[in-house]
Amino acid sequence: MREFEYLRMNTLQEACSLLSEYKDEAKVLAGGQSLLTLLKLNMISPSYLIDIKFIPELNYMDFDEKEGLKMGALTTHRTVEKSPLLKEKFTVLPETELVVASVQTRNWGTIGGTLVHADPIGDIAPPLIVLDSRVKLISADGERTVPLAEFFVDFFMTVVEENELLCEIQIPALPAHTGVAYQKFSTIEAGIKIAGAAAMVSLDDGLCKDAKIALSAVAPVPMRALKAEEILKGKPLDDRLIEQAAQAAAAEADPVTDMHATDEYRRELVKVLVKRAAKMALERARAS
Amino acid sequence: MELAKKWIKVTVNGEPRELLIKPNITLLDLLRDYLGLTGAKMACISNSCGACTVILDGMAVKSCSVLAMQAEGSEVLTVEGLAEGDKLHPLQQAFINHAAFQCGFCTPGKLMSAKALLDENPQPTEEELKRDMEGNLCRCTGYKKYIEAIMDVAQHPVKYSAKEG
Repeated sequence: MREFEYLRMNTLQEACSLLSEYKDEAKVLAGGQSLLTLLKLNMISPSYLIDIKFIPELNYMDFDEKEGLKMGALTTHRTVEKSPLLKEKFTVLPETELVVASVQTRNWGTIGGTLVHADPIGDIAPPLIVLDSRVKLISADGERTVPLAEFFVDFFMTVVEENELLCEIQIPALPAHTGVAYQKFSTIEAGIKIAGAAAMVSLDDGLCKDAKIALSAVAPVPMRALKAEEILKGKPLDDRLIEQAAQAAAAEADPVTDMHATDEYRRELVKVLVKRAAKMALERARAS
Repeated sequence: MELAKKWIKVTVNGEPRELLIKPNITLLDLLRDYLGLTGAKMACISNSCGACTVILDGMAVKSCSVLAMQAEGSEVLTVEGLAEGDKLHPLQQAFINHAAFQCGFCTPGKLMSAKALLDENPQPTEEELKRDMEGNLCRCTGYKKYIEAIMDVAQHPVKYSAKEG
């Protein structure tokens, strides 16, 4: 790690004001479960490290039946995994957390940090995307909210400007008769993921009123599979239609070959995982 | 330029410490280089292997991936703080009884993960245990014996009670 000045923040206002002063000379530290690896490898060398991990006003979870969930950016993965509220209202999130890295990483790492790090293999983005989540960004100049589906720009790049920080994740209340599921594949469970797929299915009178599918590790960003979604919408869902949607998602994916898997294998996995996630989401929608 | 060192207050294995450190070090560096506590191991340093696991305010963390300055005001427990005097911690005794290590390099991390797990969930199922120990890799003994050792402690707390011996 190269040298930097460490600045521990007590308030959001203080953090925003320093960020607008130091801009790209500074990096924001939350749990640092990804950032520290980059620092240790000298892949980044900020002059200032602005530590927001201990700002109390960024650590909360509020739920309202109409408004849905608002979660501070510093909510840890472990908090999501253990939350009785989330287990009841957004089951897919605690379920997904069980396969996010390891307990140690989930204990210290934050949801906001993961999203801003924008590693396309991240597990939590696809379920959050199909849940129609938005993220709130704040700076000394004001705030804005962005749909998570439009948040990621490229490998490790997001729409967050150099004076902004992600302060809140917002998840709308689930409509009636809606099911959500996430499926991933990795050769060992705590290992590098090869592909992941999340699906949301909303039913109305037996027809698929709405469907969302999001993929991870098969494109530069966590991506929506829009064509696959279109295949499902407005129709009575069955295995054949889900198979078609899975084929479409595999065609939309843009995977690379690396040491973990070939692009061809990843595409094949998308087919399998979308099928599994969509079937599970459908079952859950029917049961809800 | 040489950046100013910073004071940090941290309680390690029950002992309050006040140290002047460079800000660009990890909690693992602090333990090993400043306090001479070499139980937590430096191995992958990329948040993967778990050999550096310690307990920070009750939570297992990989100390190679926590900035030392973030431990300010916290309580850290390392493998050196597990035993009470000459009396080994139940988990340490169980690891010996079950021959749950060979080279021992991953053992301190495994012990600390196991302790954090049992503190939170004293009666885990074997499935829960396997899942929660995923973050600790072993490259020689394998993964069977230490699971048996930890399950033994969970199922027979009295046998392993540090006080009753």
